[in-house]
Amino acid sequence: MADDLDAAFADGPAFVPYLAAGDPDYESSLKYVEALERGGADVIELGLPFSEPVAEGSTIQNAVVRALEGGMTPDRFFQFVDDLDVDVPLVCMTYYNLIFQYGDEPGPRPFVERAAELGLSGFVVPDLPAEEADPLRDACDEFGLDLVFIVAPTTRGERLDRIMSQVSGYVYVQARLGVTGAQDDVSGQTEESLERLADYDVPKAVGFGIKTGDHAERIVAAGADGIIVGSALVDIVAEGHETGKSADAVAARLEEKARELKDGALRGYEQRVPQAEGK
Amino acid sequence: MTQQYADGKFGKYGGQYVPEALMPAIEELTDAYERYVLENEDGFMDEFRARLRDFGGRPTPTQHAERLSERYGRDVYLKREDLLHGGAHKLNNALGQVLLAKYMGKERIVAETGAGQHGTATAMAAAHLDMPCEIYMGERDINRQRPNVFRMRLNGSEVNPVTTGRGTLKEAISETMRDWATNVEDTHYVIGSVVGPHPFPAMVRDFQAVISEEARRQLREQTGGLPDSVLACAGGGSNTMGTFAHFVDDEDVGLYAVEAGGSTLEVDEEAGVAPNSASLSTGEEGVLHGARTKLLQDSDGQIMESHSVSSGLDYAGVGPELAQLVDEERVNAVNVDDDCALEAFHRLSQLEGVIPALETAHAFGYLEENYEDLGETVLVNVSGRGDKDLETVIEETENRDIEAAPSLAEFSGGI
Repeated sequence: MADDLDAAFADGPAFVPYLAAGDPDYESSLKYVEALERGGADVIELGLPFSEPVAEGSTIQNAVVRALEGGMTPDRFFQFVDDLDVDVPLVCMTYYNLIFQYGDEPGPRPFVERAAELGLSGFVVPDLPAEEADPLRDACDEFGLDLVFIVAPTTRGERLDRIMSQVSGYVYVQARLGVTGAQDDVSGQTEESLERLADYDVPKAVGFGIKTGDHAERIVAAGADGIIVGSALVDIVAEGHETGKSADAVAARLEEKARELKDGALRGYEQRVPQAEGK
Repeated sequence: MTQQYADGKFGKYGGQYVPEALMPAIEELTDAYERYVLENEDGFMDEFRARLRDFGGRPTPTQHAERLSERYGRDVYLKREDLLHGGAHKLNNALGQVLLAKYMGKERIVAETGAGQHGTATAMAAAHLDMPCEIYMGERDINRQRPNVFRMRLNGSEVNPVTTGRGTLKEAISETMRDWATNVEDTHYVIGSVVGPHPFPAMVRDFQAVISEEARRQLREQTGGLPDSVLACAGGGSNTMGTFAHFVDDEDVGLYAVEAGGSTLEVDEEAGVAPNSASLSTGEEGVLHGARTKLLQDSDGQIMESHSVSSGLDYAGVGPELAQLVDEERVNAVNVDDDCALEAFHRLSQLEGVIPALETAHAFGYLEENYEDLGETVLVNVSGRGDKDLETVIEETENRDIEAAPSLAEFSGGI
């Protein structure tokens, strides 16, 4: 599929941060996303906010509310992507109804076509399991975009095979059951999930609950090809918004946090490299 | 009886649009539905029916409504689901699902509730079958429906307020799905209507279909024939599908799903508000809470805030099978506004001695306005009783000039 995601995972661990586009307003949000690239992002997951985010915990639910109140819409989102000054691949994370409704014909094709025009690399759609994904998969194939699937701790056997046969770009390994949100520990389910996926030749990016550089280090040391971090970054946006910090101050803090997470991932990778060479 | 759809689709509607973490649980539930409900494995359906009889009080009567019949010059029959234990049809589904959870070896029940009717039914069923139970309810609904919150607590359930969004049914469903995604291995989500991912729409319909199974038999015993028209109110659509299920194949029987027209069918796209809950009448195809169905949404696909004087109808979506039956023109999607429903509430209370739920009152509002088109014999489902709505009725009646209403001035500010 798209070469840019493959390239992002080719040399060392990929750091994949998430922010909701337009949180808390359009101009600040542009600065925040650009700060993530300066902090070492290899891929950025950009959230297009949907009014019913059933897979999200309270941190990202609140981000979605702020972004919607700030006027974010699918058309504004595409404008946002166009206005962003970043070089790393962008993956759109949203819910299926927004993809389904976009454009003149029902179905995902117009949305994917527009995303391709703007150079987006792929999609993550948390409420679209493999069973319902054929129309989006077909549109992604037509326009050369990747479709990232989530694999949960409960995903096993035939389901896992079916998902892994449809996934491209990277697989999103959900580190724990439940919803998104920063946690104070690394889930014990992570290693088990990575073992289950070891034989599949797709980069494995672990998300759900990663909060610190130390978490990132341990997860990459355990074999992850990348880490996905959302809520820990959104917390910084929320705190800045609530305390009236300037957008530049929040951006600086995001860059610093991104650097901490990326450095953690790199340390984890160093612990693993001798092993990799031994293979 | 309506068809079974092996792939969980009703035409283009239905499906399973849920986070991956829930899919294994949904596969497990689909398997349990097919074995226990459809094939009566281990005598599941026998036990379900015995408990509906002994605990629930089934069968409920189908009653000839003498004064309404006189008023409209045709025979009006009432299916009295308000006489089911708990005061609404909701127990049929709640008891079925909690029992199924027990057969599946689950150890914990979660449920959402809007008006509180499904929450109270689930709390009763969970107490009856000795299962721990947590109910999610929008904060706004908690304030509108205090007596039901109290009943759930009396039955031993926890009631968790949901503060996101406008704090009604839509947010409560999302929050219950989040709990289920977190505790999926030991928990069953008792969804309250014919909505959500497959197998819920089919399974909830099957548990509620006892309404039309009884009503069809009872009417034939009393009249020797079938009704010309069947009316039921429609929010998510569980009493609607339960009331229609055994009449769908009777092509001469007109089926009317009466939605909440709220204050108006006009939509404020800018504010993201539809001041009604008429998703079958005015909604567009989309994906919400696990299913493709008709939704109240803006042109981008963001879900609108719905409105109805009855919180049980206050939902932006509707069951996918109803969406399909409306597209096939088998079911007529109609609606009446808040004023019409309130008038019907007072009329039924005065003429028949039956105080209906405000949800139910919508069906009687439609009867009042359209009885001439409904044939000689009309069956109306009394989906629930109105005790839970008394505070709302006092407040809403004061704001209007309703001919049938008694003076409620002495109750102003609460009972």
